[in-house]
Amino acid sequence: MTASPPAKWGLRSLAFGYLGLLLLAPVGMIFYKTFEHGLGAPIEAMTTPDALHAIQLTLLMVAVAVPLNAVFGVVCAILLVRHRWWGNRIIDTIINLPFAISPIVVGLALFLLYGSDGWFGPSLEEAGITVLFSWPAMVLASIFVSLPFVVRETVPVLQEIGTEQEQAASTLGATGWQTFWRITLPAIRWGVAYGVVLTTARVLGEFGAVTIVSGSISGETETMPLFVAKAFEQFNEEAAYAGAIVLALLALTTLLLMSVGGRKAKASGGGTLPAAELALTTSNTKEGS
Amino acid sequence: MGITVEGAFKRFGDFQALDDVSINVPDGSLTALLGPSGSGKSTLLRAIAGLEELDGGRVVINGQDATATPAQKREVGFVFQHYAAFKHMTVFGNVAFGLKIRKWDKAKIDDRVHELLRLVQLDGLAQRYPDQLSGGQRQRMALARALAVEPQVLLLDEPFGALDAKVRKDLRTWLRRLHEEMHVTTIFVTHDQEEAMDVAEQLVVMNRGRVEQSGTADDLYEHPANEFVMSFVGEVNRLGEEFVRPHDMEVVLDADDRTEQGLVQRIVALGFEIRVEFVLSDGTEVWAQLTRNELQRLELQEGQIAYLRPAQAKSFNGSSPTHADGASTPRGPRDEGDAEIPAAV
Repeated sequence: MTASPPAKWGLRSLAFGYLGLLLLAPVGMIFYKTFEHGLGAPIEAMTTPDALHAIQLTLLMVAVAVPLNAVFGVVCAILLVRHRWWGNRIIDTIINLPFAISPIVVGLALFLLYGSDGWFGPSLEEAGITVLFSWPAMVLASIFVSLPFVVRETVPVLQEIGTEQEQAASTLGATGWQTFWRITLPAIRWGVAYGVVLTTARVLGEFGAVTIVSGSISGETETMPLFVAKAFEQFNEEAAYAGAIVLALLALTTLLLMSVGGRKAKASGGGTLPAAELALTTSNTKEGS
Repeated sequence: MGITVEGAFKRFGDFQALDDVSINVPDGSLTALLGPSGSGKSTLLRAIAGLEELDGGRVVINGQDATATPAQKREVGFVFQHYAAFKHMTVFGNVAFGLKIRKWDKAKIDDRVHELLRLVQLDGLAQRYPDQLSGGQRQRMALARALAVEPQVLLLDEPFGALDAKVRKDLRTWLRRLHEEMHVTTIFVTHDQEEAMDVAEQLVVMNRGRVEQSGTADDLYEHPANEFVMSFVGEVNRLGEEFVRPHDMEVVLDADDRTEQGLVQRIVALGFEIRVEFVLSDGTEVWAQLTRNELQRLELQEGQIAYLRPAQAKSFNGSSPTHADGASTPRGPRDEGDAEIPAAV
């Protein structure tokens, strides 16, 4: 499709205007506000015990939920694509639940299940395991809300690569396990990587479900998003902005790690469409010809 | 020795892909499985490789029953139509794959891979990735990869199907030479009868999940067992109950009691060979294969009437092939054409 130069520039301005107004302006504002009076204040706000604990707890959520969902996501995607079975449609539907249900509802559901009147609550209490208002419940909530991403990103890539490479590997003597590690996983790595980036972002930012099951106790069950919300409510704007910046930096770090890792992988091998890279590079905006 | 399949059955839903198929491939031979799409030829090949599980029947490879052996233990080399290149590995990595799985040591792998890359003429491209190769190069890489592990048998599933005509011809000459050097029992699947006759020593013609006939190219061409084989291996015209090869269609300008009248509809020059298409009085369309010389002698024009006389015909109504009178010694049209040269000049 060829657009006339005025139309081309019109469309570009519209795209930039839209992004600028709706995305860049708010995020830029936070950066501006945070660093308005130099680095001192935000650093101080982020080195209080409560803030440090919130950062640690947020990282713990990521460290537990992301690997679990990544492994589950890959296994589940292989099950859905490679093993035709009537139960697949049910699994496929259930996996979408976290997209459909509001995080608040997820929190309430976990509350009902693990509360002292819930199904699991009493027996776990007897065993001396505290779930609610403690990190296990927060991890459960984080896993729930971020579960679909790796599956959803991996399934189309698995479908696209087909089964011939795997069959070729098996005729060359590779066992199922060897085929998975040497052929399948490298071929789907971009889909998995993109899914992991989205999962991480979701876990970092999760607010609704975690609020309900954590009780939001400062220095104990407060993740960074909860910390930011509380700081904002208490008119501690400095801490709120600084916390927001920390979250943004963590998300950016994930994106950069994936991008660097992907580039390395690419240097050592061709590969399928790098979805994550598409999302990360701006050099993709080709001239309309 | 070689490969034997006995009474193979395979069903996909409602579709009977293999219906009591038995074949015997001699040790060290080069055999083609020939048939139209859906005839079961690829399924049979995949069953021999262990990529498809049979519903019934046996697969015996070099004297050992392999029916229950998984693909990775059958020691077959398999080449796919669309190459199945490992895209994230270099050419070297692709060819070395089977050797790494077998835990060969590095120096030995290095030697073996380069030896194979020389054999398939890709030696300079070891560090390229598959998407930097042409189709023909990718298929040669796939072949080197399959041969690297010294398979007992080599199976090729429409190996040249995705390549353009010129490359296809080169590769098939090359495959035949390779087989002469290596002598590994080879089966390849194709729907192209010319390709099958060009490359293979033995042909197995399949149709609707069954074997119609097997034998050498000459056997199948000269003594087809049935209508299907006659029309699939070589060209054929149907005249009532009889089947006539286009080069057995004699074209004459004067009618007699054994000729049929036909209208010349189209004359197509394919180099030395001329294809003349006729419509008979009952509406049947047939064609005759003439040489350029014959055409000049007859001075045929599109739209004129000429007469056709089958020099040799076959019918498959339980009777043995019949020969038309006066043509008991089948003569090729080319001999005839050559003989006529003085007259035509």
